[in-house]
Amino acid sequence: MTYSDAAIWGIIGCLAVGTFLIRFSFLGMMGDRAMPPIVLRLLRFTPVAVLPGMVAPLVLWPAATGGQPDLVRLIAAAAALGVGYWTRNVVWGILGGVSALYAGLGLTALL
Amino acid sequence: MTVSTAKAPAKNAYLAGVRDGWPYIFMVIPFSILFGVVAMDAGLSVGQAMGFTVLVIAGAAQFAALQLMVENAAVPLVLLAALAVNLRMAMYSASLVPYLGAAPLWQRALVAYLNFDQTYMASITRYENRPEMTTDQRFLYFMGVATPIAPVWYAMTLVGIYAGSTIPESWALDFVLPITFLAMVAPMLKSLAHVAAAVVSIIVALALNSLPSGAGLLIAAFCAMCAGAAVETAMERRQ
Repeated sequence: MTYSDAAIWGIIGCLAVGTFLIRFSFLGMMGDRAMPPIVLRLLRFTPVAVLPGMVAPLVLWPAATGGQPDLVRLIAAAAALGVGYWTRNVVWGILGGVSALYAGLGLTALL
Repeated sequence: MTVSTAKAPAKNAYLAGVRDGWPYIFMVIPFSILFGVVAMDAGLSVGQAMGFTVLVIAGAAQFAALQLMVENAAVPLVLLAALAVNLRMAMYSASLVPYLGAAPLWQRALVAYLNFDQTYMASITRYENRPEMTTDQRFLYFMGVATPIAPVWYAMTLVGIYAGSTIPESWALDFVLPITFLAMVAPMLKSLAHVAAAVVSIIVALALNSLPSGAGLLIAAFCAMCAGAAVETAMERRQ
């Protein structure tokens, strides 16, 4: 890395302000003005529209295996999703996924 | 005798937030340690690494910025790439408007600073399930969720800076992040419309994975929102 200290702090400052403005944007400027019903309907799907797309490449092509699909990680992902869906509980989903991951990694190490 | 209980529900909303927020520290711990390690490897000072973590407080964007900085990319390029990764949070911001838009400006500013994936997902789930919450309760709940997460994010970055390189790779801590996101999204799949949105999100994101800095994710998220709204509208018509 060949940036000066000032340049690095400049990057940090700009990212801090820019990230805050992105997060503040609608919430800060719209206040309690009403949004059109169609926009509200679209926005209600925000979480299920963002998270799956964010996770899919990480599950299918994990960086830790050099981007090669990995059976243990695929099973762990399925376990997190399945247990989370079945119990409707985030904590159980995490525990299910992590247990499957370490059981799988342990088995692979033994074999 | 009438005893005022006006304060009690608000306080409970904060505590409920704390209770719902703590599981996410299991995801934040490996992620923040990893950032500390990578920041040191990249050659940042301790102050600069902590500056990133406290001021920017957005894991994925911090990693994107660092990666480009290691390659000595031009400063505007670093900024553009990292901010593009964060653009999804504009969607989070918009979707919080119906719930928190009426809160005072300082509260909305505080929520904005703390509006990252975990706090947003936990809070929006609660707001949807409990439409009777007041704006004040919603704000307190959001702060409650952030209370265990943000300090752990700061502190564990510091741990990563000083001790991170001693953590063996075989622990596969990298994969705790996808597992937690999946556990978060699973309970949200409560109708065919939500499942349709999730499936479209996955397909488009995978197809556009080669686009730089989360551009593919933004397009995927927008397609998924349209798919969800379309399926929901179609199902309402049929009834």
